[in-house]
Amino acid sequence: MSDIREALQKRILVLDGAMGTMLQEYRFTESDFRGARFADIPQSQKGNNDLLSLTQPEAIAAVHSKYLEAGADIIETNTFSSTTIAMADYELEDYVYELNFESARIAREVADAFTARLPEKPRFVAGSIGPTNKTASMSPDVNDPGFRAVSFDELRMAYKQQAEALAKGGVDVFLVETVFDTLNAKAALYAIEEVKEELGVDIPVMVSGTITDASGRTLSGQTAEAFLISISHINLLSVGFNCALGADQLLPYVKRLSQKSDFFISAHPNAGLPNHFGEYDQDPAEMQSLIRRYLEENVVNIIGGCCGTTPEHIKAIADIVAEYEPRKNAAVL
Amino acid sequence: MTTNNCERHLKLSGLEPLVVTPETNFVNIGERTNVTGSRKFLRLIREEKFEEALEVARAQVEGGAQIIDVNMDEGMIDGVEAMTTFLKLIASEPDIARVPEMIDSSKWEIIEAGLQVVQGKSVVNSISLKEGEEAFKLYARKIKRYGAAVIVMAFDENGQADTYERRIEICERSYRILVDEVHFPPEDIIFDPNIFPVATGMEEHRRNALDFFLATKWIRNNLPCAHVSGGVSNVSFSFRGNDTVREAMHSAFLYHGIKHGMTMGIVNPQLLEVYDEIPKDLLEHVEDVLLDRRDDATERLLDFAEKVKGNGKVMARSNQEWRNDDLQERITHSLVKGIDEFIETDVEEARNQVDRPIEVIEQHLMNGMNVVGDLFGSGKMFLPQVVKSARVMKKAVAYLLPFIEAQKEDNARSAGKVLLATVKGDVHDIGKNIVSVVLACNNYEIVDLGVMVPPEKIIARAVEEQADIIGLSGLITPSLDEMVYLAKELEKKAVHTPLLIGGATTSRAHTAVKIAPEYSGAVVHVNDASRAVTVAGNLLHKGKKASYMEGVKSEYEKLREGYLSRSKSKSYLTIEEARKNKLQLDWKGYQPVAPGFTGVKEVTVTVEELEPYIDWTPFFKTWDLHGKYPGILKDEVVGDQAKELLKDASEMMEQIKKEQWFDLRGVFGIFPANTVNDDDIQLYDENGQPGLQFLTLRQQLKKSGKVPNLALADFIMPETTGTRDYVGAFCVTSGFGVDEKAKAFEAAHDDYNSIMVKALADRLAEAFAEYLHEQVRKHHWGYSRDEALDNQQLIREAYQGIRPAPGYPACPDHLEKATLWKLLEVEERIGVTLTESLAMWPAASVSGYYFANPGSKYFGLGKILDDQVKDYAKRRNISTEQAEKWLNPNIAAR
Repeated sequence: MSDIREALQKRILVLDGAMGTMLQEYRFTESDFRGARFADIPQSQKGNNDLLSLTQPEAIAAVHSKYLEAGADIIETNTFSSTTIAMADYELEDYVYELNFESARIAREVADAFTARLPEKPRFVAGSIGPTNKTASMSPDVNDPGFRAVSFDELRMAYKQQAEALAKGGVDVFLVETVFDTLNAKAALYAIEEVKEELGVDIPVMVSGTITDASGRTLSGQTAEAFLISISHINLLSVGFNCALGADQLLPYVKRLSQKSDFFISAHPNAGLPNHFGEYDQDPAEMQSLIRRYLEENVVNIIGGCCGTTPEHIKAIADIVAEYEPRKNAAVL
Repeated sequence: MTTNNCERHLKLSGLEPLVVTPETNFVNIGERTNVTGSRKFLRLIREEKFEEALEVARAQVEGGAQIIDVNMDEGMIDGVEAMTTFLKLIASEPDIARVPEMIDSSKWEIIEAGLQVVQGKSVVNSISLKEGEEAFKLYARKIKRYGAAVIVMAFDENGQADTYERRIEICERSYRILVDEVHFPPEDIIFDPNIFPVATGMEEHRRNALDFFLATKWIRNNLPCAHVSGGVSNVSFSFRGNDTVREAMHSAFLYHGIKHGMTMGIVNPQLLEVYDEIPKDLLEHVEDVLLDRRDDATERLLDFAEKVKGNGKVMARSNQEWRNDDLQERITHSLVKGIDEFIETDVEEARNQVDRPIEVIEQHLMNGMNVVGDLFGSGKMFLPQVVKSARVMKKAVAYLLPFIEAQKEDNARSAGKVLLATVKGDVHDIGKNIVSVVLACNNYEIVDLGVMVPPEKIIARAVEEQADIIGLSGLITPSLDEMVYLAKELEKKAVHTPLLIGGATTSRAHTAVKIAPEYSGAVVHVNDASRAVTVAGNLLHKGKKASYMEGVKSEYEKLREGYLSRSKSKSYLTIEEARKNKLQLDWKGYQPVAPGFTGVKEVTVTVEELEPYIDWTPFFKTWDLHGKYPGILKDEVVGDQAKELLKDASEMMEQIKKEQWFDLRGVFGIFPANTVNDDDIQLYDENGQPGLQFLTLRQQLKKSGKVPNLALADFIMPETTGTRDYVGAFCVTSGFGVDEKAKAFEAAHDDYNSIMVKALADRLAEAFAEYLHEQVRKHHWGYSRDEALDNQQLIREAYQGIRPAPGYPACPDHLEKATLWKLLEVEERIGVTLTESLAMWPAASVSGYYFANPGSKYFGLGKILDDQVKDYAKRRNISTEQAEKWLNPNIAAR
């Protein structure tokens, strides 16, 4: 396992693209999702992509391979929703440890095979830690603003379990991503610190928030800079934004982070905004030209794709990053 | 201020950042949400009146607190429950939650519970070595992991530090443990070296203030990056009851504290005199005590205090006399004056007097609103006041609603249901919101669909809601056609709900000529908000409606006839003839001024810089107060109201500045250019290669004598001259941040401030355009380096060159905006986007061109003929139908 920090000093690293978009192409049926093992559980599992790590591991490995072939330096584990909180909808809370451990193991195996083939381009595995489907600092009930669907400690415990399994499965870095409520992220960061302390390991942490609309704020209402300040108590590997917006609209907020932070900066935007059918239709060439602005403005160290991006998009991005120097993380403040 | 060699700044956050830099003078911590310091707050928490408790927090933030201290340490209160409940409620109030919180408790479990519910980076108040090193380290580690800064009291196992030596000893020991062992970021450490009372008469208290100052200075010089805070009001404990002395003392204490390096403090802004305004003799006595300058300092101040006692602050309570009036008069007074302080109390009293809570609305409140309506109708009240009345009304209704619901009654019988929408492609809603408020105060039920509402949605909702009236609003010219389209669609669906048409570009003529003929239902143009009530009343009045509509119809009929005959009587030139009669500037001997650079630049600016450029006249117009600024302030009729409005605006402007509500962004460019083919402006890149073109439109109305038929292209040198000329373009916005503020105000039932914030943003966008134009003339382009104009001259456009905007008279073609966007990369660079009707989003944005030629001037295109439309379609490479759609308002009737 080569050190990701070292690699980041030398070049811009490319993060992979969407897992969900790729899995859709398999058109898995309910029984494919369940596999033999979960054939009899009551709850419908169609759409539970994280479960495919257990029931269709070849498909997951194949998607990872495609992204690595396209030139990605970092692949994300298929664990965006693998917490007891997010898995409650599928009644699979009891399998969360296994989901994370197996997903990390699969990604590790594929990444190591690519590294062995081309040692001068080491590949890294990022343990994907999603926001869950509950918010700790907002009430889902407009008539009861003091209500919370989840507490800090509930989140902390759920994240702790996920982080521990990811660590044991062999991830190189944790990626707390698509943060729409900073308090959820703070619970994840708290849990990760505990896991690192208890296991005696030093696994770097990436955090990526999401700006939900043109207001330039997170769903929980923070500006980009307030978000940055709220998570900077942890010595992060990188901070950035992903999802929700296309590369063009995301750039101003990534720039702001770049100006204000001495962490490495990451961005993995969507392939544009969804059209009326919820599909993303920005093609690789368009996205490449938008990403070029990030590179020309020298504001990122890690760049990749989120919803709607494919190996072709990632290839288009990987093709141009080598032309540019990584952003130097000199602190402004 | 003392600085302490530190590159790392204390950074805190609520929804917005708070960064404490050496330039930050002093961070003011609100103290009213503290049960140990405020009896009122204690009572509210005990009685679980959290709504009112939130108001205390809100008032503090509005009053300028940059952090709010929350303390729930009281024997009778469940501290964990109260702390978390209150902090969670704050999280749902964006105008409070924007500042960081200070979680204040002597109990660790309360602190930790608080840390678990705040998303921002807060401050813990406080920990100390009181319970020994182990507990201290444990707490500090957890605080670090939760991501908060910390106040450390100068307190250890042996007690509280009360001398200079003990203060620095404990602070240094605490600092070393935190920084060396816990690895706590030093900039996140804030010491509280204990502010104790002075002038107590006890010898050992003589140096209390002085030792605090000296310890502060020592900390700032010796403990890198650490900050110093304290509770200031303690110092004047001996002078309770003598506010004159207390205020002077607090102010002098802060003055010296800050000089010695104090960076933040808990201060009651109401108990604070301005340092420079403390009478010299009082100040001398106070400072003698604080700085321990004389042995008899205390006695002298005590003597002096007797003399100043009581003079000064005899605040007149007499203007509260109206509180003794009878109930209806009190409610009416609150509504008319827009006072919301007592309305719930009074409404509650009224509720107890009636059988059904709905009667309070039907009787007490409507009686009051009728008075408001009469005063407004007779010009004795003005729109801003009415909006304030509406705010009180809304609050009262909000209070009554649960009671009404509880009785499961039908909704209040409203005067009628009005559906309001800004049409598709348009984002402007100030006018619509004003109409909404005015109608709502007159007991109409409002269904507001917001902005950019597609016609299908308007129709569907109108049917579904069984609306009595549909109100359409729009500001940009494409909205006019959207309204025509909507009328046609309604007609197709056989919906005949009366239509109200309003918004800045709408007109009686357009409504009469273009909309009314398409619709068999009633269509009425409403030129200002105050008329909306009368019109709606007439339309829904069973007896009056028919005759009223007769009147409107015949009036519109006449307008139509007049319009059609007038446009027939006008004669036009063909586009070829018009081009022959173009403006022929004398290009021989004209040398265009080469700009300092060509290409595109982003610019930013502060609100402070823009203030001198604000043109206030349109601001008053927004509020239906007509007259030129500053003359309007002395106007016999509206002068007082204008003054009050300006005062509210200035207050908000201060807040806008201080709290940086808006994100001001601008982009502009200057490009080599020549006119080609009469009407097109060809741009060239740095290598002289042709790029984008500006397509301009030419006046076709036949002119008398030698008056030319103008197009903007006439102001640029033709390519045939062989000399390169230049043209500029820009887009500026002050709109980022506006919507959130407006929504927060709306959520608080405060339409007045919601409208205010938008109106101010509009002014700032215009001021930004004016400012940038000046910068371009004087510096970036530099063709008027010596220009020295004041704001009034700027408003009168006394400068050389023009900055016409697409969508306005000289260039009504909105499609030109798409060219500007491409050219300047507006969206990528500053985030302003174009809607499908090519309105700019955010709404508070201005874009346009720069023409430098001394012969360039503003003009109106007027009507054009089909031949130019066809020619334009070809140049634009679009179909004639598309061209007709975009240029429709300017095409002469056939």
